Amino acid sequence: MDKIKKPLPMLLRYAINLAIFAVFLFGVNALITGGSVPNYYTKVIVLCGINIILAVSLNVATGYLGQLPLGHAGFMAVGAYASALFLRAVPNLPEFVAFPLGIILGGIVSGIFGILIGIPALRLKGDYLAIITLGFGEIIRVVLLNIDSVLGFNFTYGAASLKNIPKYTSFFNCFLCVGIVCFLIHTLMKSKHGRAILAVRENEIAADSVGINLTYYKALGFTVSAIFAGVAGALYASYLGILNPSSFGFMKSIEILVMVVLGGMGSMVGSIVSATVLTAVPELVLRAFSDYRMIAYSLLLIVVMIFKPSGLMGQYDFSLTGLIDKARMGKLFRKGKGKKEKAGDK
Amino acid sequence: MNTLSLILRQVVNGLQSGSIYALVALGYSMVYGIIMLLNFAHGDIIMVGAYAAWFCLCGFAGNPILAIIAAIFVCVLLGVSIEKVAYAPLRQSPRLSLLITAIGVSYLLENLAQLVFGAGAKSMPSFMPTSTISIGSIDVSWTAIITLIVTAISMAALTLLVKKSKMGKAMRAVSEDTGAAQLMGINVNRTISFTFALGSALAGIASVLYCAAYPQATPTMGSMLGLKAFVAAVLGGIGSIPGAMVGGLAIGLAEAMVSAVGLSVWKDGIVFAILIVVLLVKPTGIMGHEIQEKV
Amino acid sequence: MKKVLCTVLAVVMAFVCFAGCSAPAAEGGNEAVGSAASGDTIKVGLLGPYTGDLAVYGLAVKNGATLYFDKVNAEGGINGKKIELISYDNKGDDAEAINAFNREVDEGITAFIGDVITSNTIAVAGEANAVNMPMITASATAEAVTVNPDDGSVYTNVFRTCFIDPFQGEKMAQYANEKLGYTRAAVIVQTGNDYAAGLNEAFKAKCEELGMTIVAEEGYAKGDKDFNAQLTNIKAADPEFIFCPNYYEDDGMIVKQARALGLTVPFLGGDGWDGVVKYASAEELEGTFYCSAYAPGSTDAVKAFEEAYTAAYGTDTLNMFAANAYDAAMVMCAALAKAEETGEAPASDAYKQAVIDAIKTEGASVVGITSEAGYTFDANNNPIKDAVIMTITNGEAVYKETF
Repeated sequence: MDKIKKPLPMLLRYAINLAIFAVFLFGVNALITGGSVPNYYTKVIVLCGINIILAVSLNVATGYLGQLPLGHAGFMAVGAYASALFLRAVPNLPEFVAFPLGIILGGIVSGIFGILIGIPALRLKGDYLAIITLGFGEIIRVVLLNIDSVLGFNFTYGAASLKNIPKYTSFFNCFLCVGIVCFLIHTLMKSKHGRAILAVRENEIAADSVGINLTYYKALGFTVSAIFAGVAGALYASYLGILNPSSFGFMKSIEILVMVVLGGMGSMVGSIVSATVLTAVPELVLRAFSDYRMIAYSLLLIVVMIFKPSGLMGQYDFSLTGLIDKARMGKLFRKGKGKKEKAGDK
Repeated sequence: MNTLSLILRQVVNGLQSGSIYALVALGYSMVYGIIMLLNFAHGDIIMVGAYAAWFCLCGFAGNPILAIIAAIFVCVLLGVSIEKVAYAPLRQSPRLSLLITAIGVSYLLENLAQLVFGAGAKSMPSFMPTSTISIGSIDVSWTAIITLIVTAISMAALTLLVKKSKMGKAMRAVSEDTGAAQLMGINVNRTISFTFALGSALAGIASVLYCAAYPQATPTMGSMLGLKAFVAAVLGGIGSIPGAMVGGLAIGLAEAMVSAVGLSVWKDGIVFAILIVVLLVKPTGIMGHEIQEKV
Repeated sequence: MKKVLCTVLAVVMAFVCFAGCSAPAAEGGNEAVGSAASGDTIKVGLLGPYTGDLAVYGLAVKNGATLYFDKVNAEGGINGKKIELISYDNKGDDAEAINAFNREVDEGITAFIGDVITSNTIAVAGEANAVNMPMITASATAEAVTVNPDDGSVYTNVFRTCFIDPFQGEKMAQYANEKLGYTRAAVIVQTGNDYAAGLNEAFKAKCEELGMTIVAEEGYAKGDKDFNAQLTNIKAADPEFIFCPNYYEDDGMIVKQARALGLTVPFLGGDGWDGVVKYASAEELEGTFYCSAYAPGSTDAVKAFEEAYTAAYGTDTLNMFAANAYDAAMVMCAALAKAEETGEAPASDAYKQAVIDAIKTEGASVVGITSEAGYTFDANNNPIKDAVIMTITNGEAVYKETF
């Protein structure tokens, strides 16, 4: 075989990935609607999807932008409540109109909060940024819990929980969102703006001196991260059918951060894999340990970090079409181990 | 009871909880100063200390001195071994990995404690005088007074240790520049271990004082206490010893005042709001800059 | 060495991830068939927070229910069939609760005891309603557990063995006014907890009706240990008694701190007070009143339950949740025995409907630990049972009167 130098054309790459994603989406959906997947597994897979969106969105702020926000659950809560309140307000709208609108609304409202919080918060650096976003996240939770007593009427229903949210989230619409979110983030990161965001991560002073507007790009990354957290929140609300502010505490933010770091900061496929593993393992595998489940989980965290501190994937990003290219160019033999990937998003 | 004495009473309440926050915040701050780690397991070290104290008080005829010694001993042992087992292998790794390890250790301690001691709260027998003493127009409990005194002594001792002793000098050097300190012949590993031991000893003292004021031990008692203390450390300027004290007392006072005016449900929100405002005005915390000596 | 370990870890993780995705397709079909076919056991699901800060309630319910089911099994089971318990931890998280419940349904449960925390239970009730699963909760006290709050429709499959929130609040207001002759109340309540908030709302409404004044109302957040600021305010308002509708661990702490501040008025509370004697001293608790359905040590049946519980699980979680869960298991077993008479296969739809019908008819004949008069359910599937007033003297909770 002659050596082929030219990589695949861009359009073909997208087509291949789209086709694979469509096969996955419709294939699994057919299995589920056909009734061959038990309800429990469907629920766990949907939860994996929601957590993938959360992890991938936090990865934008943590992995790509290089900041450490600890208030991601707050954005998720904002999106969840915005969408849930909307869906409860329009019970007569058909699902295929109401639900997308609810998801978009969740994303927008959460994005607005992202801008409002991001602009002051991003003046700070490192751990100070971490603690200030943690603060904002906790404030959102406390407000959701107590706002009714200030307003004088039932709005979020506080601790009594917001109930009877239409349960629209299914495998199909959840993973459609996963695909769209991953695609949008991927294209953003490959664009001029994405490279600017990476430049900010690598060296702020250098980025500033080549004319990159630091505040703008930091706020951009932060807001994108918040928008998609809101989308995940909207899916989460319609998945549960009930919302309680205590679901969105500080520990939830930590849980998402663990997914990102364990997967490898700045690796989208790492986030996807580790969100899936960290959702599925405690459910499917660790339940067998019953009372020792959380102990096994914490040991897993410690051991993985000690032996693989950069996360499972490091900054490595999987690209299926890249793999095909390598195969065509005959370079596939550098690494023996192929890595499994679920959603063909690259 | 007139308004003034009510306010004074609330100030005492705030100082009492604030001094406990301050002791815990010191542990956070010192560890952060030296290896730039937000040690999430610090709150859980206090939890273990509280169980140690409980065990002693129930097992050895309620001897408070023994309980304090046991709590400190267990905390130091635990703090140092956590550092050796979980943190030391990660010294060259990205800081976030270290953070996740700390979170893992924190989960592990909480769940182990539940397994060993059960999920229910363990009630602490009273080991301090329960009577009150009148100062001017207000009644102050002995527990509050003892807490304040012990905290003041601990802090004075710590300051002396860090400023005057050889080990203290080494700690300051390592926190200033680890590489340079090593070149000057300082045993970095030993210094870090010592810092953990010191922070954990303060946690041990804090756990006993905490149990005196709030006599229950539960497996999850450390998480919220740790978070608040962490906020206190950042508020005061993380890495700074006087900052941790100021931050702790400020958080304690703020909480007491917020509760006193009937807004206790908003307490957590307001504490964080104060933190945000302070950080936006002065991004390094209250004492982050003026005080150069970082530990 | 390190490299090898990393590789092994990565491969294991990738494998598990892959297994997680592919398992449903592989196992799915068999499992659904397998569960329906098993006729020699009756599977009952349990669910609750067994880890985390709510574990004390979850474990109490789990242990209480398990104790009774074990007893039934030891006596030969129901209609010769053993009860197989499937019990999962939900960490108090709504999403985990829904997942774990569906796992239990997939594993073929016929009846369900749970959930424990109110918001989890509401989340699960929606799922259980969809598959018409007979469900009895021993601890979720909010009205919305059995009734859809938006349209007032009743979840026909969901029952409970505990009181609903408003009932106790009203009872205690009446008791304070009519029996104790108090008119000035102070309230300290955990906000963000719907049990406490529910009792508090009902208490305040009843107080207003009876012409009592609330001189101070103080709140605290979940996890708070320092109540000095609130109690200082209450002391300044000089009430005749303090209504404290929270759970016993907080109650013990509040009483201790109140006494340390020199606040000597009596405390009144709801059934959350049961178990408080371990958390404060005798003289601090003297003169406390609370309403409860569970009167420790009151009858021989209760004593036998307490002995058996202590022998199996110790006293760490022996509280009213355990007693209510024991009763829930008792009602469920009575209903299962009745449903067995239909001859349907466990886990079939007809069997589940038979269990639901039987809960209503058989409940009345169950002599429960917390309700000697049996479990009769009202139109909203709430039990009609008497409240007793308990008082604490010499560090022990004693039966005062039925009110």
